[in-house]
Amino acid sequence: MKRDLVIIGGGPAGLAAAIEAKKNGIDDILILERDKRLGGILQQCIHNGFGLHIFKEQLTGPEYAQRFIDEVERLGIEYKLDTMVLHLSENKHITALNPKDGIIEIDAKAVILAMGCRERTRGALNIPGSRPAGVFTAGAAQRFVNMEGYMVGKKVVILGSGDIGLIMARRMTLEGAEVKMVVELMPYSNGLKRNIVQCLEDFDIPLLFNHTVIKIHGRERVEGVTIAAVDENRRPIEGTEQYVECDTLLLSVGLIPENELSREANIKINPVTSGAYVNELMETSVDGIFACGNVVHVHDLVDYVTEESYLAGYGAAKYIKGEYFKDETGFNTKAGFGIRYVVPNRINPKNVKDRVNFYMRVNDVYHNVDLVVKDGDRIVYKARRNHVSPGEMENVKLSKEVLEKVEGSELVFALEEVAK
Amino acid sequence: MYDVAVIGAGIVGTSIARELSRYDLSVVVIEKSSDIANGSTKANSGIVHAGYDAKEGTLKAKFNVLGSEMYEGICKELDVPYKRNGSLVLAFNDDDLRHIEILYKRGLTNGVRELEIIDKNKVLSLEPNIQDDVVGALYAKTGAIVSPFELAIALAENANQNGVEFMLSTEVIKVYKEKDVFIIETSKGVVQSRYLVNAAGLFADDINDMLGGERFRIIPRRGEYCLFDKAVGGIVTRTIFQTPTNKGKGILVSPTVHGNLFVGPNAVEMDRKDDVSTTKEGLDEVLRGGSRSVKGLNPRDIITSFTGIRATPDTGDFVINIPTKNAVNAAGIESPGLTASVAIAPYVVSLLEEQGLRLIKKENFIATRQNTKLFINMSEDEKKEVLSKNPMYGRIICRCEHITEGDIVSAIRRPLGARSVDGVKRRVRAGMGRCQGGFCMPRVVEILARELNIPLTEVKKSDEGSFILTGKTK
Repeated sequence: MKRDLVIIGGGPAGLAAAIEAKKNGIDDILILERDKRLGGILQQCIHNGFGLHIFKEQLTGPEYAQRFIDEVERLGIEYKLDTMVLHLSENKHITALNPKDGIIEIDAKAVILAMGCRERTRGALNIPGSRPAGVFTAGAAQRFVNMEGYMVGKKVVILGSGDIGLIMARRMTLEGAEVKMVVELMPYSNGLKRNIVQCLEDFDIPLLFNHTVIKIHGRERVEGVTIAAVDENRRPIEGTEQYVECDTLLLSVGLIPENELSREANIKINPVTSGAYVNELMETSVDGIFACGNVVHVHDLVDYVTEESYLAGYGAAKYIKGEYFKDETGFNTKAGFGIRYVVPNRINPKNVKDRVNFYMRVNDVYHNVDLVVKDGDRIVYKARRNHVSPGEMENVKLSKEVLEKVEGSELVFALEEVAK
Repeated sequence: MYDVAVIGAGIVGTSIARELSRYDLSVVVIEKSSDIANGSTKANSGIVHAGYDAKEGTLKAKFNVLGSEMYEGICKELDVPYKRNGSLVLAFNDDDLRHIEILYKRGLTNGVRELEIIDKNKVLSLEPNIQDDVVGALYAKTGAIVSPFELAIALAENANQNGVEFMLSTEVIKVYKEKDVFIIETSKGVVQSRYLVNAAGLFADDINDMLGGERFRIIPRRGEYCLFDKAVGGIVTRTIFQTPTNKGKGILVSPTVHGNLFVGPNAVEMDRKDDVSTTKEGLDEVLRGGSRSVKGLNPRDIITSFTGIRATPDTGDFVINIPTKNAVNAAGIESPGLTASVAIAPYVVSLLEEQGLRLIKKENFIATRQNTKLFINMSEDEKKEVLSKNPMYGRIICRCEHITEGDIVSAIRRPLGARSVDGVKRRVRAGMGRCQGGFCMPRVVEILARELNIPLTEVKKSDEGSFILTGKTK
């Protein structure tokens, strides 16, 4: 079949992108979602705290998702559930599969990638020890507890202080499990400050920075883990080993954008974010294939995913309608001192509607710094940050007018120490 | 009363069981684990060795070369992935060169075909990612790779099709003889048989003791492995060995039949037979060793690591003998045991025959077995046909390996089908991919519970005790 716009993924990113594309005049849209319902990972995030930026209120994950699902229904946007995309080619041919239609072949004018991310596993960390039952990624455990109604363990150690791990510390505690500790390799958390307070401190769950799990014990089921302190090179310090009895180890050690399809379509991937390089309209390196949400870079707030995805939907609509400037005008963005990455990576100001929201993460904890954006030596933007941390995404909004004035080939985002 | 009882359902026990199933005999296989191939067979290199390693005149040499020649045929009959990818033994200095010369000659004596010593340029033209300081290699074109646990499962299924019974989760506690009958006391009651085969792997020495055979010991030797993502599965296409030392064959780098890459094993003697944990030191050693041979191994591409335990006999060679009348030991079958096992099986059966077991060929022996054809491996027409009959093939459960619900259900419903999450994984690869079951494990648990008609809390990862869920939420 032929379609104007196919959106791969019906989570928060895909839903927002679809809505915005529709509002910008694209009627022939198809969302392909691999789960049995729309909403993506939000459906298992039954805690609140979603929507503070977009709706100015506190919603649960399913509530947040439902607002977009309702809108998709209201706008009459077509979707297929239980549908897995198996292949995507550079010329936007999609092969998908579901139990109802079997194999589906689609030629799309434009594609939006919104596949989200997956969790890093034990294998990726190469934690030594035995391989018993009872080692879960935090998200898999969350699915069991929140979606299936089953507990995954009684005495729990959590490795990594990512947001899902923090949320699960509270959730497991409320369900009667004993969460013994959260151990974090780094000297800071990759989770949101508010989650550390509300999920750990409020329940007296210790958070050990500069520690890691060095061995898993137990033949059939986890019986314990050995933890140890690490030095500044993140290597375990001999003599600090400590055995902790537990039947469950939850891993919250990072998320990886799911870009298998993107790679198949020869889309250029940024090794820093593990997501596609994108431009001002969230288009990837492949003509007519856009991307948004956690498949581009891992966000900590869904609100930002929504905002970014509106932009991708707008971009795809412009592309399909032929209202998209494909010339070489513009400049690249660059991560300077203290910044790990910036999204988007290239800007053609002609395509910018009103402004661009640049998202970035810092590479360490810094206090009292200026976040500075420079066009050559010219300062384009400067703002004080009292505290920045890799766990909290930073963003800088620059207007179309400002972007049009950039003369150099690069716009550099960097931290600068505040002169005393 | 069975004609023959086989203790152990690893690659050796299942090979023997399948061989016995050719004849009009009642045969039972007794296995302490909940699944086939759950010991050394599930965690080894999966190499079909050409046969230049083992010393001339040993049982290892004899059965290695015989086995290597039989492998392709058996894998074809049983629909098991097998790939003759060839192997290289690398030399990095003059000592190594002298050593591969010895291996070359030994190979010729052992009867290995298509052996060749090649120079640096040829090595690098065959395998561009070999380290540049290589000086030459022994090239064995008959070297091959196989999935060891899939082969053992296939052998067991085929034996089962031909009437062999399997008692899983059944531990042998005691064996003795009353008159001419073996009384086998197990965790699930007493089994009696006229003949007995000891293929108990790591525990074969204990069974031999019970039978009163000439004493030998099995010394467990750990081997640790790292498995890499398919994205780097093509770093080498052949199996890359280093020049062996007295400690073993060194660290291998090899593709797997499914397109991953593995590095390992090291060799560490242990005092326990049941400790399959990995160690930091071991994994570091394995990675260092692999990088000695091959460029471009990045720990970031590792998707899992594991330990296998070799059943090393203290005799230096396979122990294939008669511990007591009407019994046969097939013990100490360490490397090249996977290769040798298919040739050991007919030999063991001939030893039983020599002791009086009457072998009458079954007229209706089924020689072939068809594996679950994974949806992903089907042709377009096959896909359409299977989808029209069974919509479960339209639902992907394992996203990494593209394994459908239909594939998983079929693995559960097969003879001797999967009963655990690991059982599903080993039969149809769900959870074998880069996310290692992160997404699909909960779905696989649901499907197992539904198909086996048990509560979710009773679904296990592997053996008894490996429960996944502890109860309902509040």
